[in-house]
Amino acid sequence: MKVRAQIGKVLNLDKCIGCHTCSVTCKNVWTSREGMEYAWFNNVETKPGVGYPKDWENQDRWNGGWTVKNGHLQPKAGGKWRILANIFANPDLPSIDDYYEPFNYDYQRLQNAPDSKHQPVAKPFSALTGRPMDKIEWGPNWEEILGGEFAKRSQDYNFQNVQKEIYGQFENTFMMYLPRLCEHCLNPTCVASCPSGAIYKREEDGIVLIDQDKCRGWRMCISGCPYKKIYYNWQSGKSEKCTFCFPRIEVGEPTVCSETCVGRIRYLGVILYDADRIQEAASAPSEQDLYEQQMRVFLDPHDPEVIAAAKAEGIPQQWIEAAQRSPVYKMAMDWKVAFPLHPEYRTLPMVWYVPPLSPIQSAADAGNMDNEGLIPDVASLRIPVKYLANMLTAGDERPVIRALERMLAMRKFKRSQTVDGAPDYDVLEQVGLSEAMVEDMYQIMAIANYEDRFDIPTNSKELSHEDPYGERAGCGFSFGDGCNVSSNGRTKTDIFGGRRASQRAFPARVEFKKGQSEKEGA
Amino acid sequence: MISTYLHDLAFAVFPYVAGTVFLVGSLIRFEKSQYTWKSNTTQLMSGGRRFRWGINLFHVGIIFLFFGHLLGLLTPHAVYHAVGLTAGAKQVVAIVTGGAFGLVTLVGVVILLHRRLTDPRVRKTSYPMDSFILFLLTAQLVTGLFTIPASMGHLDGSTMLQITAWAQGLVTFQTGAAATIYDIHWIYKLHMFLGMVMFLVFPFTRLVHIWSVPYSYIWRAYQVVRMRAV
Repeated sequence: MKVRAQIGKVLNLDKCIGCHTCSVTCKNVWTSREGMEYAWFNNVETKPGVGYPKDWENQDRWNGGWTVKNGHLQPKAGGKWRILANIFANPDLPSIDDYYEPFNYDYQRLQNAPDSKHQPVAKPFSALTGRPMDKIEWGPNWEEILGGEFAKRSQDYNFQNVQKEIYGQFENTFMMYLPRLCEHCLNPTCVASCPSGAIYKREEDGIVLIDQDKCRGWRMCISGCPYKKIYYNWQSGKSEKCTFCFPRIEVGEPTVCSETCVGRIRYLGVILYDADRIQEAASAPSEQDLYEQQMRVFLDPHDPEVIAAAKAEGIPQQWIEAAQRSPVYKMAMDWKVAFPLHPEYRTLPMVWYVPPLSPIQSAADAGNMDNEGLIPDVASLRIPVKYLANMLTAGDERPVIRALERMLAMRKFKRSQTVDGAPDYDVLEQVGLSEAMVEDMYQIMAIANYEDRFDIPTNSKELSHEDPYGERAGCGFSFGDGCNVSSNGRTKTDIFGGRRASQRAFPARVEFKKGQSEKEGA
Repeated sequence: MISTYLHDLAFAVFPYVAGTVFLVGSLIRFEKSQYTWKSNTTQLMSGGRRFRWGINLFHVGIIFLFFGHLLGLLTPHAVYHAVGLTAGAKQVVAIVTGGAFGLVTLVGVVILLHRRLTDPRVRKTSYPMDSFILFLLTAQLVTGLFTIPASMGHLDGSTMLQITAWAQGLVTFQTGAAATIYDIHWIYKLHMFLGMVMFLVFPFTRLVHIWSVPYSYIWRAYQVVRMRAV
């Protein structure tokens, strides 16, 4: 047993309102820079839909994640020789159009337009070329609230084995939100496919980062990551990814997306896991076993043997205690209401999801649904369980049904307790929960106070034998070039190829053709 | 007199200047500014068939040419004798393989140059140095291919021996190396000069990614975990 600790995350999709506050705050903090306009370390997708980048879940197309070949685990894109052979042109790399062409608007036009009969408009222009765009073809969230026609959205990978035609009909349509960020996997394919060895997982908290100095831009990680959560910065020529806001995590603060989540859907807590079991778990022969296998990698933080082993590995007492309180561990392991996103990619992701319930409940309220005993039969509901299972358990419906039933039972129990005044213990028995568990679930999942959602021990810097005094007044977060960074994150010029900061500012200069602007002004 | 002086400047002094800038410049850039050390791919902007053909042809060709030149220029001639290869035969091998791969590389680089200049996204997001290096490579390939007709005139390998003597003289710090190639055809000299210019500009361009061939990936473990600094 080799115990390691990771700050894990759970997103309660049942409560996501799709407001994009997480995406916007993340964007403002991390990616509002030239070269990263198109990149969203955190984005929220409306499902069903093809997502961002388009069709990212279809690994037959992108070859992300892992595959088991002759009993051996190897990246789906191929073994090491194959990856090196593709180094000149990565055949699986998405193009910028698979994300979207980043754009801005010529707002100055509203100020500068000459007298005219018509209201002047702020035309869109490309952030790549600076040229005006006639029409914006795609964006970071093009399918927002089921935008676009069903024919396109139905390309959603999770519709496998679902009679999707039915869900194209108005009365049967459904939708849910899926906020996505880097999964900080236990078995990340991005790390495995990086020829330079620039991507690494931190031992102390499991955060996966890219060493910006060591990245050479071989871009194998971008296609290797099945979640498409590594982005190529076309300005710096390096890959960048979600940092899990490590400067905040280190001081015990939640990530920006979690901190600002108005729906209170995000949870952060310590998970102890056995690094020796990763390989075996990720190599499980059946894709549907991967969810169970990953749970076997997680260690019970109350087990005295685990505690002793954790201490022997140098995991601080503070972290072990946090693991015992961890809301993430409770949801994933004790209550089994949270699931990994696409476990079949074999990356053992560490951002888990509670499946959404609300559409089920509203259908039940309408009285058009069968009741199975005391709670509604989740199998006949608005969001097909199969769809959720394709997303969360590689198609195995049983764990998803159990989770949905437990969440329904929690509602039913609390309603009976607070509205009827007569607690309904039968419903708890049916789903195998105790009253204490349900009260805890209610506190953490329904009330979701800040201190219940986030239990983050500080990074014990004193244990790394660096000189903390020497680190004072350092430049903090930088882009791999020491403190020599301008405010927009671009390296200042030097004789070795850095571009002059004044050469190109964001937004790019708009170059409307002369005739065009005259016509508009007339 | 002037021409001898210029010849010595170009083929006795300049090689050391270019070589020093190449080595020391690369080292300084790696040490001081590794954030700029990258392949600088633009595949994201435009990665269609044109790109895939161009980049693969170019790289396969240029890697062959690089090692062909390295071995051809720096292997002592005695080694070829030992394996029974005469100077003339070696020259024919060099002409045939170099010509073939030179054409492959030329096709690749022309495709890439066309892409760089005509694709609006690639063009707008390029550094001037990216286009410059493609022009330089094209010029180098064209002059290299034009040495073939000159070489066809004398298949005894004599010019080749002169050039290898020069190259081997340079890397072993023999004074007077430049004198061995005083009378060779100007096309060879142009090709050699451009080659040295390539070394000179090397540290200031994306070519530095050549230093970073990720061979160690082959024996590295898939997963990389960084321990807490101790």
